Amino acid sequence: MRRKSNLRAFVPLWLDRPLLWFFPLSFLLILFFYPFFRILAYSFNVNTLTADNLNFAASVLLFTFYQAILSTLLTLVIGFPSAYLFARFDFPGKSILRALTAVPFMLPTVVVAAGFSALLGPRGWINLTLMNSFGLSAPPIQFIGTLGAILLAHVFYNTTIVTRLVGNTLSRLDPKLEHAARSLGANGPRVWWSVTLPLLRPSMLAASLLVFLFDFTSFGVILLLGGPRFSTLEVAIYTQALQFLNLPLAALLAFIQLLCTLIFSILYTRVVERSVVQTAPRSLLTHKAKTGREKIFVASFILLLSVLFILPMLALPLRSISRLDADRAQLGPIQTGLTLDYYSALFINARGSIFYVPPFDAALNSLIYAGATIVLSLLLGFPAASALAKPGRLEKILDPILILPLGASAVTLGLGFIISFGRLLTYPWLVPLAHTLVALPFVIRILQPALASIPDRLRQAAASLGASPFRVWQNVDWPILRRATLSAAMFAFTISLGEFGATSLLTRPDYPTIPIAIYRFLSQPGGLNYGQAMAMATILMALTAAGIFVIEKMRLPGAGEF
Amino acid sequence: MLELRGIHKTYEGQPLLLGISFAVDNAETICLLGASGSGKSTLLRMIAGLESPDAGQILWDGNDLAFIPPHLRDFGLVFQDYALFPHLNVFDNVAFGLKMQNQSKEKIKKRVAEVLEIVNLTEFEDRKVTDLSGGEQQRVALARALAPRPRLLMFDEPLGALDRALREDLLNELRGILHRTRIPAIYVTHDQEEAFTIADRVLLLHDGLIVREGSPAEVWANPESVWAAEFLGLGNLFEGLTVEGLKVRTEFGVFAVKCGHKHQVGDKVHLLARPLGSRNEANMIRGRVNDVIFQSDRFKVTLDNGLFVYLDEEPKVGQKIEVKVKMECLG
Amino acid sequence: MKRFLLFAIFLLLVAACAPQQPATLTVMTHDSFAASDSVIKAFEQANNAKVTFIKSGDAGAALNKAILSKDAPLADVFYGVDNTFLSRALAAGIYQPYDSPALKNIPAEFQLDSSNQALPVDQSYVCVVYDKAYFASHNLAVPQTLEDLVKPEYKGLLVMENPATSSPGLVFLLATVKHFGDPNYLGYWKNLRQNSLTVVDGWETAYYTNFSGSSGKGAQPLVVSYATDPAAEVMGAQTPPADSPVGVVLGPDTCFQQIEFVGILKGTKELALAQKFVDFMLSAQFQADMPGQMYVYPVVPNITLPDAFTKYAQIPSQPATLTPGEIAKGRDGWIQAWTDAVLH
Repeated sequence: MRRKSNLRAFVPLWLDRPLLWFFPLSFLLILFFYPFFRILAYSFNVNTLTADNLNFAASVLLFTFYQAILSTLLTLVIGFPSAYLFARFDFPGKSILRALTAVPFMLPTVVVAAGFSALLGPRGWINLTLMNSFGLSAPPIQFIGTLGAILLAHVFYNTTIVTRLVGNTLSRLDPKLEHAARSLGANGPRVWWSVTLPLLRPSMLAASLLVFLFDFTSFGVILLLGGPRFSTLEVAIYTQALQFLNLPLAALLAFIQLLCTLIFSILYTRVVERSVVQTAPRSLLTHKAKTGREKIFVASFILLLSVLFILPMLALPLRSISRLDADRAQLGPIQTGLTLDYYSALFINARGSIFYVPPFDAALNSLIYAGATIVLSLLLGFPAASALAKPGRLEKILDPILILPLGASAVTLGLGFIISFGRLLTYPWLVPLAHTLVALPFVIRILQPALASIPDRLRQAAASLGASPFRVWQNVDWPILRRATLSAAMFAFTISLGEFGATSLLTRPDYPTIPIAIYRFLSQPGGLNYGQAMAMATILMALTAAGIFVIEKMRLPGAGEF
Repeated sequence: MLELRGIHKTYEGQPLLLGISFAVDNAETICLLGASGSGKSTLLRMIAGLESPDAGQILWDGNDLAFIPPHLRDFGLVFQDYALFPHLNVFDNVAFGLKMQNQSKEKIKKRVAEVLEIVNLTEFEDRKVTDLSGGEQQRVALARALAPRPRLLMFDEPLGALDRALREDLLNELRGILHRTRIPAIYVTHDQEEAFTIADRVLLLHDGLIVREGSPAEVWANPESVWAAEFLGLGNLFEGLTVEGLKVRTEFGVFAVKCGHKHQVGDKVHLLARPLGSRNEANMIRGRVNDVIFQSDRFKVTLDNGLFVYLDEEPKVGQKIEVKVKMECLG
Repeated sequence: MKRFLLFAIFLLLVAACAPQQPATLTVMTHDSFAASDSVIKAFEQANNAKVTFIKSGDAGAALNKAILSKDAPLADVFYGVDNTFLSRALAAGIYQPYDSPALKNIPAEFQLDSSNQALPVDQSYVCVVYDKAYFASHNLAVPQTLEDLVKPEYKGLLVMENPATSSPGLVFLLATVKHFGDPNYLGYWKNLRQNSLTVVDGWETAYYTNFSGSSGKGAQPLVVSYATDPAAEVMGAQTPPADSPVGVVLGPDTCFQQIEFVGILKGTKELALAQKFVDFMLSAQFQADMPGQMYVYPVVPNITLPDAFTKYAQIPSQPATLTPGEIAKGRDGWIQAWTDAVLH
């Protein structure tokens, strides 16, 4: 007699898919879909669909696309060789340079704008130097307020995404594949073209999509560095919703933006073959540059990255220790020279303000939020990534949906929060939850390929040796995933520290973080305020660079690294 | 004692196993022998609990294992690609199962040393598994499976990726270890030499069924089916028609073979002509030497009509020869 | 999963415990709100209450968030609507009227809402501010009027904020509307554009990135900013200078008066406390605290101002004004027309 066994096939963790999806999806439903669609439904009005409005939307959409595509391509052009540089070569100062390239990702736009204008502004170092050396009367380089400024700032912000995601795969590629191709008669470029690039395709596409979405929804960079002549969808939504209170038009634009994001996400999930890149479970193959060509490549890219990433950031620490009192050439002696006054001023509530925050407290608030964001996004990201690592029909539908929060309008979502959550908004824990919303797509995209690259055999071998599903995860998945997990944690950390959309997304109680403190100093005139803003920004940079440095070091020692 | 009863399994819509039943006695090594894709690995995975059968039962000492998850079955499994944990060194790989049993550190240390000695890897404890040679990795995999003293050991083509000499060495070692430890074992392979070396009993898997079961000698002596004889490479296979007087007419001549009472005159039958020459046989194959291959202790001689025989002395190419061989009727 | 549950329970506990503080008053403000710790503490002690401030973005964003949440208000009191946004706030009906006894001290010119839903708290002037050192070292006369700004000698010297995204930018646009009239103001703006006007997104960029008189050391010596900047630069300096580095252009209609209001949000559960807080904001204690914290003038007369204010801050004699009704009617159209004329 045949008896139908109802024992289900072995799945990792012995968890059912619905259980894996329960927490991530509930999270997205409550914190994203519900408030977002509620505000859309609240605002939508058929009368908005006039030819004028649609023309306006179309022209904004066109520019949004245009700048996002250019920015993404440029970011890839810089980011891809950087990924190669970090994944394959050893050079002095490597980990510091790598940590520094990730710092811009979390700097508030105001601070980045200050750095760029100190470098490239009409009275920036470069223009002043050129004017002095060639006796020019007007600054030769027009940078702030151009499309170039927008593109460069996007590259500055997002290169680290390409470096991390592609670099991760690049450093795990089995070098035997390249050796095999070489032995089959392929020369260097052909090995790249026919073997390495196709293997990198999934991670390149993933990085491109994330970069593109960041550029597509760009807000601060457009406002501050592009100036009022340029408007992306997000800027238009902000202006319409918060300045003109034209919610119906804002909702229309937000809907268009969401639709575009959805289309990209679906295209992306269709294009990327989910086939896993077979990665070599072995040591990172980094080496010193040997051949002449390698040396030229390494040297020129170190130089490029230093110029691109370190110079604009240098303005902040420099200004934070230079006397900044306004130039009073005709009114008395100019005070110049170095000072630490701005740092010591941070510790004094000179005006007895109720909103004064000691730098230590601001740093602590920032770190607590960042810590909570890391924990939350990993707790939600792991089950989702596990399910995505073995996609079924359900996953094919859910995959693009998970990316949506990244490309959705933060302004609109912030308004959705207001009508959906009311006074719940006044609780501080909503801040890490909102940060998690942005961090989660990153975490999932980093964990999923790593999870998929673990051969099932290893889990089965562990199970046959008596490891329960949890212990399989603990002893096999986790050690192998540690590296990817650290990478994911780093993105969560940086996203949280950078306070994405803090000014527009959240209506918040007074638990000021470092970026908030920077904005506060910059909202009032006076050299001391400006100096303190620069000092705070320097502290933020130092903190994030240190954080990234520590995380980088954590992946190095022994067993976890392979 | 492990027992399988009427196991059925469909794989991607294609029936794979159509009712497999067998048992493994204590201290016995059985070998599942079949072509690739015949479902023998799937059978192993079902015993291990990594997959479940569509129908049928898997029992241990009479108890159904259907609801026992793999990690509670206490069966050791050795994979073809070893599946060593790349993030652990040799010691930690071998100690893995012991740690899962929450054994004390000293006990683990002692046991790991013990099994590493069994597999001749005494000095390897601290080595990274990714730095080991294929043979060494296979020994680690074996040690890892042995360490927790499983009640059953399973091998899924464990030597497939190794070179011939190494394979023979390891096979002999494994045979010795299995005999010493007396752990019942199931060994899956598509290589008949391996199977005959290691198995107490061989099970031939074909078209979802076990087509022949017996000791290596029994199976060798009597394959019972054309497929089995061909798969095992037992000798020359050809067709013929039965004629009167217990004789069969073939394209290579008329041979005196007993084909059993179920065959009528004029029936089509298959003959197996063993390649080893034997003076006491009545049947003889003839032909002109086409090719001679030196095989260390003998010469494999291919004739112009496609038949082959083994000879002790090297004939000349083009020479006409006659060899007396054993001839069997496979029906 | 266990850890997640624990964390969720922890969050719920935090949520459950937080509101159990006795008598909490929530005040929604724009990001620029500031006050002295001691002053707020005094209010809290006198009324046995805790005051929580929710900062909700710039003035426009804060108001729109207040309007969006009017069915389930986030706060009890909302401060930060100015005369350019007043009509919109009143039209949305977010406030409930409060005839504060303190209103009797406040001159009628500030009381723009006769229904007393929005009560005036402070006033300031958006003006053209100049970098003294620049004009001195270039032997250039400081412009005196709006008309001066389109002269060739001031080509490329003015930076302003986009009226669509920034409150001072909008207010300056209103000043030109008042001065030149609708639609003549557009001609003026076209001329300004010809004279290489620089437009940036907001005050922080204009003042710190573009204005040469600030510590950011930008390129333009003229910026649309506040009449109190000369005082603020002195008060916010590392070492108090002999004179302020910046000055204010005080011609006819070069400044526009901005008044900010407070109101009690409909649906508050702490009405008595909210009324006390509004009274408190109009009291001498709070009014005297504002200038040093927010660089604005009190609406209550005879309040002692900080020394730097009396010494450096300049009060325009002929500020431009428009009624909230006029502003409400024209603003979106003016901004749109301005955008087409100046940016496109």
